[in-house]
Amino acid sequence: MRGATRVMWAVGVTAVALSATACGGGTSGGSSSGGGGGIVRASWGDPQNPLEPANTNEVQGGKVLDMIFRGLKKYDPKTAKAENMIAQSITTSDSQNYDIKLKSGWTFSNGQPVNADSFINAWNYDALLKNAQLNASFFSYIDGYAKVHPDAAGATPSATTLSGLQKVSDLEFKVRLNQKFSLWPDTLGYSAFYPLPQSFFTDHAGWLKKPIGNGPYEISSYTKGTGMNLRKWSGYKGPDPAQNNGVDLRVYTDNNTAYTDLQAGNLDLVDDIPANQLKNVKSDLGSRYINEPAGIIQTISFPLYSSRWSSAKSAMVRQGLSMAINRQQITQQIFQNTRTPATDWTSPVLGDAGGYKSGLCGAECTYNPTKAKQLVQQGGGLPGGKITISYNADTGSHKEWIDAVCNSINNSLGNNNACVGAPIGTFADFRNKVTNKQLNNPFRAGWQMDYPLIQDFLQPQYYTNASSNDAHYSSPQFDKLANQANAESDSAKAVSTWQDAERQLVKDMPAIPLWYQNGSAGYSTNLSNVLLNPFSVPVYNEIKVK
Amino acid sequence: MGRYVIRRLLQMIPVFIGSTFLIFFMVYALGDPVSALFGDRAPDPATAAQIRHDLYLDHSLGAQYLHYMKNIFTGDFGTAFSGESVIDLMKHAFPVTIRLTIVAILFEIVIGIAFGVITGMKRGKPVDTGVLLLTLVVISVPTFVTGYVLQYIFGVQLKWTASSVSPSAPFNELILPGLVLALVSLAYVTRLTRTSIAENTRADYVRTAVAKGLPRRRVITRHLLRNSLIPVVTFIGTDIGALMGGAIVTERIFNIHGVGYNLYQGILRNNSPTVVGFVTVLVLVFLVANLLVDLLYAVLDPRIRYA
Repeated sequence: MRGATRVMWAVGVTAVALSATACGGGTSGGSSSGGGGGIVRASWGDPQNPLEPANTNEVQGGKVLDMIFRGLKKYDPKTAKAENMIAQSITTSDSQNYDIKLKSGWTFSNGQPVNADSFINAWNYDALLKNAQLNASFFSYIDGYAKVHPDAAGATPSATTLSGLQKVSDLEFKVRLNQKFSLWPDTLGYSAFYPLPQSFFTDHAGWLKKPIGNGPYEISSYTKGTGMNLRKWSGYKGPDPAQNNGVDLRVYTDNNTAYTDLQAGNLDLVDDIPANQLKNVKSDLGSRYINEPAGIIQTISFPLYSSRWSSAKSAMVRQGLSMAINRQQITQQIFQNTRTPATDWTSPVLGDAGGYKSGLCGAECTYNPTKAKQLVQQGGGLPGGKITISYNADTGSHKEWIDAVCNSINNSLGNNNACVGAPIGTFADFRNKVTNKQLNNPFRAGWQMDYPLIQDFLQPQYYTNASSNDAHYSSPQFDKLANQANAESDSAKAVSTWQDAERQLVKDMPAIPLWYQNGSAGYSTNLSNVLLNPFSVPVYNEIKVK
Repeated sequence: MGRYVIRRLLQMIPVFIGSTFLIFFMVYALGDPVSALFGDRAPDPATAAQIRHDLYLDHSLGAQYLHYMKNIFTGDFGTAFSGESVIDLMKHAFPVTIRLTIVAILFEIVIGIAFGVITGMKRGKPVDTGVLLLTLVVISVPTFVTGYVLQYIFGVQLKWTASSVSPSAPFNELILPGLVLALVSLAYVTRLTRTSIAENTRADYVRTAVAKGLPRRRVITRHLLRNSLIPVVTFIGTDIGALMGGAIVTERIFNIHGVGYNLYQGILRNNSPTVVGFVTVLVLVFLVANLLVDLLYAVLDPRIRYA
């Protein structure tokens, strides 16, 4: 038996070692459960990047920033209009030099004041290449950006601060842009432009662990990858204090589970209704289901750099394809009316005054199979006799609707092999192929607005060499009108000039508008006054808890 | 005995290096992760280059692998894109998944072996047929179906348990997920035990024990079961590794922030440090579990000796 006892001993030691590791981290997590005391329990996704204002370009991180920060302007959750928040006034005489005056009395939740330096230091940090902020390009309109953030890969900055920013006093600073841009003040509600407290620069690692802002909430605990507890900041003096005592955000990897938790009463607010529940959601939740337009448009974009699509006549083929798609049917059957057929290249959330014009695209975006077939033939037929539509297969469940679009095109053109979906494994790979100009066929594209301006829907995507011009569309006429619109001092005129530029897209059809995406959410009987803002994010501070 | 363990431990080194190498290359083959960080927006070349430089992605693949391995030996598993070090992610994730695995293994051992013994002793009786049929059903239904169904019944309708697991994931909340995770393996354990028991009831030593007049309970536990457990232990041992790495579906359904969740997130975001780090640790777990199984053989069957 000696052998056996010794084996026992060896097994025992290894087992002890294993169980020690098991117990080592036994006290992980730390989010409190239970929704008592006026706390909203809401679903969340793990932010992809560190929670710095200029480094957050997706909704999940943006949600938190919008709760803990207030900027110069804030977009009205209902009308999407940019209204002064910290700014007392933003004035200009030439649409290029701006004078920004701040309201007094604003502080960060750690007591540090919100003054001109909070903005200037933050913006200098955000724009500097060394800090590799994903949203640095939002500062590219400010004079001196090329020096702190040269565009070529591997270049080194020749300055560390933006020369266009100039402090006047604690409550006033001046901004000089490198071009005329009349709608620029309205961009300042975007999270990249939020101010930063002194502590961000003195203790950066500590700040990232527990970000400190100047908004209606402060973060009481944050466990990365798991959840975040926000509590009402009692020192907040802004006009929109929190109507509840706090928000507990919980990370879900599967929106089905979040939905189940809502039904089971473990969660109060879900802002991503799973696609397979859309059929039941009305009977499950009744009036506690929200389905509202959001500033997101889906398109099919064309690689205009490819010889297949660069000829003068191929615009007709693209128009024909646009008319071959039965948008109404697809939005009803596949999306259960959570998307609306698109008739222009912007979004209904802009409102008529903001530049949305229903039907601007006209007949070219209306389903008409006979005309579609004609146009494609006149344009010389589909390049190579057939097309594929590329999409990423890993997230977003695009396969269903891409197949439906292809079906629609095949039916209209009377050719079963005209169009077929072309999945690409991962989103990263898909984006690499798009940005490296490796596609010869149309691909899916989506645009979520950064700020509710017609300029944000058009310039980044269709201006020559613009940051998100994946189609590599270039039209002198469009560019000319865009420049005119930006220089226009009267904002109504600027908007109408932008619409003139948009009409150029109807002729060239660099991207086919498909549909506007809605934001959807569901909430428990504990909550009232829940609404979604134009970015499809719940307006947390307005939510009331029973 | 000691030499055997040392030899086995030394064998782990090439396996470890080989597997990390393969995983590293496979994750790398998924493509450049940087442009995905920018969402639907095209990255500006300068920022992308700066990020690649910060993440050591601007070197050749071989150099990256050496750099990564060098860091691993100093205890640095790299940093996820969200800015958190992979070591911290592991500190949160592994205890949760280990607890889940313990619950699952306990279910396998207690229910699986008990069913196996009962059916093995009563071959051909209604109990046997009933349990066999049940295992067949369990094996053929995919985990995500049983997961969602049990979650809906017990979490939403009956409200016996929470429908998802809280971040701290204590044992009592892991009972249902553990059961879901264990179900398929549990069915296999039942079948393995049954066959093994059925075979050994006719063995000489069992007949001898009965002839000696030993009580029936002692015959079953000491003579019959102990000798029948070798294939079952092998299965459970290898299952530990499979359960820890393969809990992706269960962890998603019950929103458990363990290893499977981190792997899923890492793969989705092309985050090579997270994926390679977690899989590396899983490889180690697998190797250690296999060693334990081999050592257990000697405990169960005195005829097996290691030199």
